[in-house]
Amino acid sequence: MPENGIGAPVRRREDKRFLTGKGRYTDDINRPGQLYAYFLRSPVAHAKVTRVETAQAEAAPGVVAVFTGQDMAADNVGSLPCGWTVTDRHGEPHKAPPHYPLVRDKVRYVGDHVAMVVAESYAQARDAADLIEVDYDELPAVVDTKEAMSGTQIHDEAPSNLCFDWELGDKDAVEQAMSQAANVVELDLINNRLIPNAMEPRAAIGDYDSGTDSYTVYSTSQNPHLLRLILCAFVLNLPESRVRVIAPDVGGGFGSKIYAYAEETCCTWAAKKVGRPVKWTAERGEAFVSDAHGRDHVTNVKLAVDQEGKFLALKVDTTANVGAYLSSFSTCVPTYLYATLLAGQYATPAIYANVKAVFTSTAPVDAYRGAGRPEATYLIERVVEVAARQLGMDPAELRRKNFIKPDQFPYQTPVALTYDIGNYEASLDKALEMIDYKGFPARKAEAETRGKLRGIGLSAYIEACGIAPSAVVGALGAGVGLWESAQVRFNATGTVSVMTGAHSHGQGHETSFAQLVSEKLGIPYENVEIVHGDTGAIPMGMGTYGSRSLAVGGSAIVRACDKIVEKGRKIAAHLLEASVDDVEFKDGQFTVVGTDRSKSMGEVAFTAYVPHNYPEGVEPGLDETAFYDPLNFTYPAGVHIAEIEVDPDTGITQIVDWVAVDDFGRVLNPMIVEGQVHGGIAQGVGQALLENCVYDKESGQLVTGSYMDYTMPRADDLPSFRVGMTVTECTHNPLGVKGCGEAGAIAAPPALINAITDAIGEEIDMPATAEKVWRVCQARFAQAAE
Amino acid sequence: MYAFEYHKPSSVEDAVAALSGKDDPKIVAGGMTLLPTMKQRLAAPSDLIDLGGIAKLVGVREDGGALAVGAMTTHAAVAGNDLVKSRIPALANLAEGIGDPQVRNRGTIGGSVANADPAADYPAGLVGLGATVVTNKREIAADDFFTGLFETALEEDELITSVRFPVPQKAAYAKFANPASRYAIVGVFVAQTDGGIRVAVTGAKGSVFRVAEMEQALSGNFSADAVAGIKVPADEMNGDLHASAEYRAHLVTVMAKRAVAAVG
Ligand SMILES: Cc1cc2nc3c(=O)[nH]c(=O)nc-3n(C[C@H](O)[C@H](O)[C@H](O)COP(=O)(O)OP(=O)(O)OC[C@H]3O[C@@H](n4cnc5c(N)ncnc54)[C@H](O)[C@@H]3O)c2cc1C
Repeated sequence: MPENGIGAPVRRREDKRFLTGKGRYTDDINRPGQLYAYFLRSPVAHAKVTRVETAQAEAAPGVVAVFTGQDMAADNVGSLPCGWTVTDRHGEPHKAPPHYPLVRDKVRYVGDHVAMVVAESYAQARDAADLIEVDYDELPAVVDTKEAMSGTQIHDEAPSNLCFDWELGDKDAVEQAMSQAANVVELDLINNRLIPNAMEPRAAIGDYDSGTDSYTVYSTSQNPHLLRLILCAFVLNLPESRVRVIAPDVGGGFGSKIYAYAEETCCTWAAKKVGRPVKWTAERGEAFVSDAHGRDHVTNVKLAVDQEGKFLALKVDTTANVGAYLSSFSTCVPTYLYATLLAGQYATPAIYANVKAVFTSTAPVDAYRGAGRPEATYLIERVVEVAARQLGMDPAELRRKNFIKPDQFPYQTPVALTYDIGNYEASLDKALEMIDYKGFPARKAEAETRGKLRGIGLSAYIEACGIAPSAVVGALGAGVGLWESAQVRFNATGTVSVMTGAHSHGQGHETSFAQLVSEKLGIPYENVEIVHGDTGAIPMGMGTYGSRSLAVGGSAIVRACDKIVEKGRKIAAHLLEASVDDVEFKDGQFTVVGTDRSKSMGEVAFTAYVPHNYPEGVEPGLDETAFYDPLNFTYPAGVHIAEIEVDPDTGITQIVDWVAVDDFGRVLNPMIVEGQVHGGIAQGVGQALLENCVYDKESGQLVTGSYMDYTMPRADDLPSFRVGMTVTECTHNPLGVKGCGEAGAIAAPPALINAITDAIGEEIDMPATAEKVWRVCQARFAQAAE
Repeated sequence: MYAFEYHKPSSVEDAVAALSGKDDPKIVAGGMTLLPTMKQRLAAPSDLIDLGGIAKLVGVREDGGALAVGAMTTHAAVAGNDLVKSRIPALANLAEGIGDPQVRNRGTIGGSVANADPAADYPAGLVGLGATVVTNKREIAADDFFTGLFETALEEDELITSVRFPVPQKAAYAKFANPASRYAIVGVFVAQTDGGIRVAVTGAKGSVFRVAEMEQALSGNFSADAVAGIKVPADEMNGDLHASAEYRAHLVTVMAKRAVAAVG
């Protein structure tokens, strides 16, 4: 194995530029003659727009143009599409009301796009926006998920604000099992709405070249090809061949940068209108109101359990808020990325889920780190915990009893997925040992002497990553295929450029993918360069989300490396005057089997580009492309255990210990993986303890529109995580890898809420703020005193 | 942000002169509060008078048994000052707990006190220690200085030059921080001073206030138990997303207990 090959904790090479201020983000890029855009956003949640008067703004200093929805309509600019069609219970496609980049007649959430001002400076654009007169004929807002269906109708196309009413699973079997079960455990849960808050706000530059009639778009995108596809084929009606999308360094996405948004669409369109590049960078406040939000489910769950604690059936009723418009993938998140995961790690024989997606006068909701899987895991792991308490069983043992056993794989769940492999008990045992589960009662007693309520909480999660077999997602309504591409290009002097369709916005691909290629081709890690994020430089790719980059993109790289080796054997055989079948490749050397005669990868590459002595019928060059379409999802799984102490006087929860044992399959770079776990847990703790997106029920204003009110997790809210691993290798991709990017955010919330409810002895919804916890403590002490 | 004229006087007199005859002049100190408000276009002063060029407004010195802290002294400088740490450690501790390092390195005591944010920490320190606010015109007792929500006794053309803190026998500050902003949801400053026991509360109401009942109880019996049973009424308390009035009222008692315990 090369020194920096697979399994080595190589430090991230990209960090040098990030940490020394040399990263190049969209906002760092400036084009000659560039103008600046400012978006006038709706100050009200729901209103008819009866008049937009732009004359004064147009006359303001520095203003080049002011555009409204009418200008875009006149140019036949289309609606931003939702890329996944969900078919409802009655066989009807979901309601897909138009989502124009600039509104035409109505605003539907605070932050909706009313007009675009383009000026010589950002300040001038912003000043001019104050001069636009808009008449809003206000309508009532509806922001609450529970009340959405009885609220004011937001779209003519969607009566009762219902986007779809969808189901999965065998309802009859579940009802039958429920009616006969010894115990039915029921819970009402809220999966709180979150605002993603990537460190880098969204930004875009549209640049039009009239000489070639082509566009270059710089954008903070997780998937530049997908953005190009949507812009060209659905919204702006442009040939893809004339549009280049560059997503340079991107400072975090967490899902919120998957989608095609109004702003990059408008900048691209406006660049041609004004004949100069147009740049926009979101202010933090704009990010709060206009980035696609996450989660926002209201759920009732019932679990049927027999006398011995065996799960018999699970029934889930969820209302999911999709916001005012459908974002690019918002329909698949509360359906195929959610209900298909409801088996969790358990062999529950019957499962049924009904999901109603509702429109509200709030920002669009779409995938956010975990996307559907945290929502599924939260409800399963909460109801299992509550079941253990009600049945008086140990929560770890109840889980163990119901796990899918290692010899049951491949395991067909009742909700469509086939898990290929796993060993859930191994992770549970390791986690219990690491946290010293047996010692917990003593630690709890000791905490009591200090006036603290100590609690412990488990979470046994599973996720489906590596999205996804194209035929499968196509059958379920996806508008795209979810393969990935890679091009591995040797340069004549032996260095390698790898063009990947995956996009790194914090994941460390430039390091881990280079490790992979170094190992596969037996060349030094330093000789491998990873190129990504530019449709002008890479083959068509599908981008990064759903923990897919290594499982799908990495597999494509492996395939391309295999092709390189195949061709290399032919060249080496020629040089070694041996038959191709006698040449084997190992550790960077092509060797005639059973001899010490060999040629190095570098010699072969050089020969391919300087083919003076070359096999007949073989093309010069060493440059191979592969597309990889996965055979199945991958199924990372694991067990997290949180131990906390509540201060009953203040309600403050302190996390005192955290153990994470994850099975991500084979691990390429353990340091990067551990970092992903840490970040994921931090986000999960944020959701469970701190973060909450609140809209005012009456006015529809975003109440938590800044860091003064929206609580991001900070270092001092978190303990030192203790990370362990177990490994079962994925059976169907060439690397045996599963994906690790979302696991922490999926596993953490139920672990933490289970620990807190264990400590305080009452149910509580996320986020478990100090005041909520204190109220429970108060009520219990009052009771105890009586 | 809207356009404005910028002035950087080098003396208090020049600063006061710069304030006169302008449409809507504003003093800027650390800018931690004022600049975000201007960026959000919620404030649009015609002129900004930057006190950053007046050297004598910076620093801590002894002043007849008291400590005089210059208006332009940053929170970080107060937290790290040897005089403050040795004479009034509770004040250093309060300054250390304000916001985050960036805010502490820019924000000033003068700006904080003049701004009179109901959730700011310094008002509790000033009232709790019985400090005196020194301006270019006069001296104002802290008890009379904070007059309401973002309101003070300062006049239009008056600026704070320093704050004078008498050295207490003992003091402590206990803060329940807002999890998002880290301002005080409730902060209680307890001090044993020459003028008696003082208990000052910030964050809970529109403006800092003293709790006479706690002060009396502590005068007889200086222990956490003495205040444990004293509840402040919830009806005048602030209530918001992060803490209801009832919760704040409860936290006043809890934080008072903790401050008293910390005084020892
Ligand atoms: C993220 C963040 C977190 C914070 N957390 C806390 C916290 O936990 N606790 C806390 O107490 N504060 C907190 N603050 C506020 C911080 O302490 C500020 O420093 C303070 O509110 C203002 O001080 P400044 O020097 O920046 O004043 P500026 O913003 O420059 O001015 C504030 C106001 O005071 C006036 N002013 C300034 N100096 C004088 C003077 N010498 N005489 C008369 N008027 C004057 C100005 O005209 C202006 O109206 C926080 C601020 C931020 C941004």
